[in-house]
Amino acid sequence: MTASAESSSDAARVVLSADDVRRAITRIAHEIVERNHGPASLVLVGLQRGGVWMAEALAEVLAGIDPANPVPVGTLDVSFHRDDVGLRPIVPGSVTDIPVPLDGRTVVLTDDVLFTGRTVRAALEALNDYGRPRAVQLAVMVDRGHRELPIRPDFVGKNLPTSRDEQVAATREGVVIR
Amino acid sequence: MKHLLSISDLTPDQIHHLLELTDHMVEVSSRPIPKVPALRGKNVVSLFFEDSTRTRTSFDTAAKRLSADTMNFAVSSSSVNKGESLRDTIETISAMGVDAFVVRHKSSGAPQMITRWTNASIINAGDGWHQHPTQALLDCYTIRTGLNRRDGFDGLRIAIVGDIKHSRVARSDVQAFAALGAHVTLVAPPTLLPPSIDDWPVDVSHELDPLLPHLDVLYLLRVQRERMDDALLPSLHEYSTMYGLTAARSARLAPHALVMHPGPMNRGVEMVVDPSELPGSVILNQVANGVAVRMAVLFWLLGEGSDLTRSEIAS
Repeated sequence: MTASAESSSDAARVVLSADDVRRAITRIAHEIVERNHGPASLVLVGLQRGGVWMAEALAEVLAGIDPANPVPVGTLDVSFHRDDVGLRPIVPGSVTDIPVPLDGRTVVLTDDVLFTGRTVRAALEALNDYGRPRAVQLAVMVDRGHRELPIRPDFVGKNLPTSRDEQVAATREGVVIR
Repeated sequence: MKHLLSISDLTPDQIHHLLELTDHMVEVSSRPIPKVPALRGKNVVSLFFEDSTRTRTSFDTAAKRLSADTMNFAVSSSSVNKGESLRDTIETISAMGVDAFVVRHKSSGAPQMITRWTNASIINAGDGWHQHPTQALLDCYTIRTGLNRRDGFDGLRIAIVGDIKHSRVARSDVQAFAALGAHVTLVAPPTLLPPSIDDWPVDVSHELDPLLPHLDVLYLLRVQRERMDDALLPSLHEYSTMYGLTAARSARLAPHALVMHPGPMNRGVEMVVDPSELPGSVILNQVANGVAVRMAVLFWLLGEGSDLTRSEIAS
């Protein structure tokens, strides 16, 4: 699901170029501002590790839209909240960092690829430990389908029909399927 | 890995992995609600055949922060007093469904023995003079953060001072510090050194003073008053004069040097100054890190690294 774009072995197919990703980020940033009537009470939280770059990229664009209200960026490691805890080893250095109290804020969770929805479910549970946000929204670069839980994204870079055994990688450098 | 019995069972990579896992557990402990569901449904039983307050409560807190169920087996009010054997005790409690035993016992090797009588994971919380692996791991984590040495202890100079002979903390620490690359010196009078330390990766000194300016870490061990009865020391006062941390000695430490102690402290013996006035004291950090390290060990054995999940990955 998160194989690196460099190791494009047999049948890697580029779905979005780096420019496409940049444009999608810009569009999503504007959608976030529109939906929330400005960036004032927002906080971006990237899911470790694939969603962190997206939170940072969105924050850069949001800073250009409203320089007076920089949006804080945090990261969230959901390893201890997964329903398949233990199946994935803990990645060193992927520690959670929530820089501001979440009470009363609107949290925009970001992730590279939305697949089964289980990571997002774990993230929603993990957020409870940090306070009670006013609302939680979800921004993903790729929605590849195959949901196993009633979860849907609020902001999507690209809807990408896939088969279950394909792998999708989404980074600043582009979106690759293989 | 199924059990944690001794530091010598761990590779340097595994020690590093546990310390990295501890970073995550420190973050969990700093949350407004410091509890995660990672070990929900796991049953962790503390089995302490020897007195302990900090280690037992530390393990208890660690298990609870990971949402495991915990049970304390109080030996003083148990059937052990009616003559039940260790084996029967273990088998009886195991039959209730236990995922891990945290064991402290006065006999070296008791935790190893217990692994034969149960399918649960065994975590050694101190056996005789032999091992106390989670203490060594929390000491490593305290040095790693205190001196900002995430990549290892290459070139660090650490002195362990005191009753080495009867100390499971010293035995565990020596192995862990050396595995991470530190240079360890044991400092003690000859009567408090083990009979054979030829195969230990250490230097030995009977004097503390010449070492002081060169140390990165000064690790003081508790001098047990009962050693006086064994005539291993002429007097506590003499020990204190030779090896106790006085204001004069602490002034000769390098500014960055850490002072550590596994507790409980004997004030006026090995610790003559008030540790709260020592700039390099990380003794309370050791206690706080103890909970996070024990969370990492429990998660490593019962969550991340358990045989069950490994076989599920393979299938």
